[in-house]
Amino acid sequence: MPAKKLNLRKRYELLTRGMGWETTYQKMDDVFPYDSFEGIKITDWDKWEDPFRLTMDAYWKFQAEKEKKLYAVIDSFAQNNGQTNLSDASYLSAIKLFITGVTPIEYAAHRGFANLGRHFRGDGARVACQMQAIDELRHQQTQVHTISHYNKHFNGLHDPFYQFDRVWYLSVPKSFAEDAMTAGPFEFITSISFAFEYVLTNLLFVPFMSGAAYNGDMATVTFGFSAQSDESRHMTLGLEIIKFMLEQHEDNLPIVQRWMDKHFWRAYRLLALVAAMQDYMLTNSPMSWKEAWDVYFVENGGALFEDLSRYGLRMPKYHELATAEAEHVSHQVWSVFCSLGNATGFHTFLPTEEKMAWLSEKYPDTFDKYYRPRFEYWAKQKEEGTFEYQKGLPQLCQICQIPMIFTEVQTDPMQISYRVTEHGGDKYHFCSDGCKDIFEHEPEKYVQAWLPVHQIFQGNCGGPTLPEVLEWYKFAPEDSGDYIGSQDHARWQEWKGADKKVKEA
Amino acid sequence: MSDKKNTVFLIVQDNEDARPIIEAVEQDNSAVNIQYQPGLVRMEAPGRLIVNRETVEEEIGREWDVQELHLVLISLAGNVDEDEDKFELSWH
Repeated sequence: MPAKKLNLRKRYELLTRGMGWETTYQKMDDVFPYDSFEGIKITDWDKWEDPFRLTMDAYWKFQAEKEKKLYAVIDSFAQNNGQTNLSDASYLSAIKLFITGVTPIEYAAHRGFANLGRHFRGDGARVACQMQAIDELRHQQTQVHTISHYNKHFNGLHDPFYQFDRVWYLSVPKSFAEDAMTAGPFEFITSISFAFEYVLTNLLFVPFMSGAAYNGDMATVTFGFSAQSDESRHMTLGLEIIKFMLEQHEDNLPIVQRWMDKHFWRAYRLLALVAAMQDYMLTNSPMSWKEAWDVYFVENGGALFEDLSRYGLRMPKYHELATAEAEHVSHQVWSVFCSLGNATGFHTFLPTEEKMAWLSEKYPDTFDKYYRPRFEYWAKQKEEGTFEYQKGLPQLCQICQIPMIFTEVQTDPMQISYRVTEHGGDKYHFCSDGCKDIFEHEPEKYVQAWLPVHQIFQGNCGGPTLPEVLEWYKFAPEDSGDYIGSQDHARWQEWKGADKKVKEA
Repeated sequence: MSDKKNTVFLIVQDNEDARPIIEAVEQDNSAVNIQYQPGLVRMEAPGRLIVNRETVEEEIGREWDVQELHLVLISLAGNVDEDEDKFELSWH
């Protein structure tokens, strides 16, 4: 008689319990040297439970099936010249920002979770982190494979990983990822799995991938949703680790709360780039940044923190400000990119009349009042040939590394939000109280920040002039500037023109 | 937005594999609100949402492993409780 099939819980227990053991040749603290210095107290690692209970054989089976589906779509997309079905080639600016700014974070997450998969003392947590490390590598690889098709036809996609380590606006995601990776394992997982993946990742992937579907980008929709299916597991891990830390010892609460406050603000600032992608770079946007914020943060984040309040955890600090800023950030970030469009690895473009009508409708209290006049002024200048890009380099925030573009939205939306503090006789500048608080808690860490503007002035980025810096970034002249009149634009016109001729014939 | 304080949701791809799951959710969760957005389907419910293996199996006429849900899953909100017979989301 065949052995009775074990149930899911039992199979998962066999995978994650008893795989580890109490070491005797070496002290446990020497085998796992990093999981205690942060002050998190764990009394019983066996209380760790992964709600998905995915066993290794099931993991390989389902991941293999996801890959087969994805690569079938990628093949067919390439064979059928899927790039010609985009709503407009200007949409690809969003994909260029994605492959240079987001894909390298996937790789950073892979490294981080591989590290945790070795260094957590509990075997259940190690197994979950090992699976996630493989997932993150898969995401990075599938994104590169998928987007490489666009690289055959469009500019600006040729060297994302090299650029991630150098380019001024890419230091925003890079510094976020490296801040987490240089923290201890519990802070890393709080940052990436909880603050980023659970609380905020829906804002990146759901509306953005839905936006890709809305703009005819079948390839991106497919890798995006394939990655998201893993992401649901990662989010669940994030929630689990928070509950686990809070249940293990009451002393963990203040530490977790501080990490939550810090990494919520870090991740939220990073998403300012996504806000611009969603409202401006997508030719057709299925949902505004503000709408996505209301659904995925205000509503779902609210439900989440209500659930966690039984442990004493409260909403992250400055979340009210983030909600107030939702009316402003996308416009502010896109303005900066447009005003420095000669130094971006993607094309910029002013919003069309149609886009501005949509923005007025989605942002009735702010767009017409504060931002439309700016875009219309620039449009007029471009028409008259008097438009000039910014010549100076912007002041950066020491923490989020975004130029000082955010404003006092709760009091005077036209006033730049500017904070300063002193440390070791030097002044440090910040875009917000959130970023300033982070610095003041760990100044020794953040005085070391690699700030692109400072680095240019110190002579570390190829030279003092813009062409030298851009060459050092490996930006080709055709990668930057206005979309209208670019090689990408010309190619698109050629295809669409050819398409028209075929229809006429 | 206070009335939505305890919303749980399950988002799946808008494709053939997900359809029986969506139909099963519709049958077994009377309070569910189903929204079709480009490429995806968002199912939200107050407090609790369940996918039952049996209901999905009736829809497709074959055995269905609850973990096949992973193939179409995009996102979720709520505490997960999964076993052989169901996949459940809830806030405490």
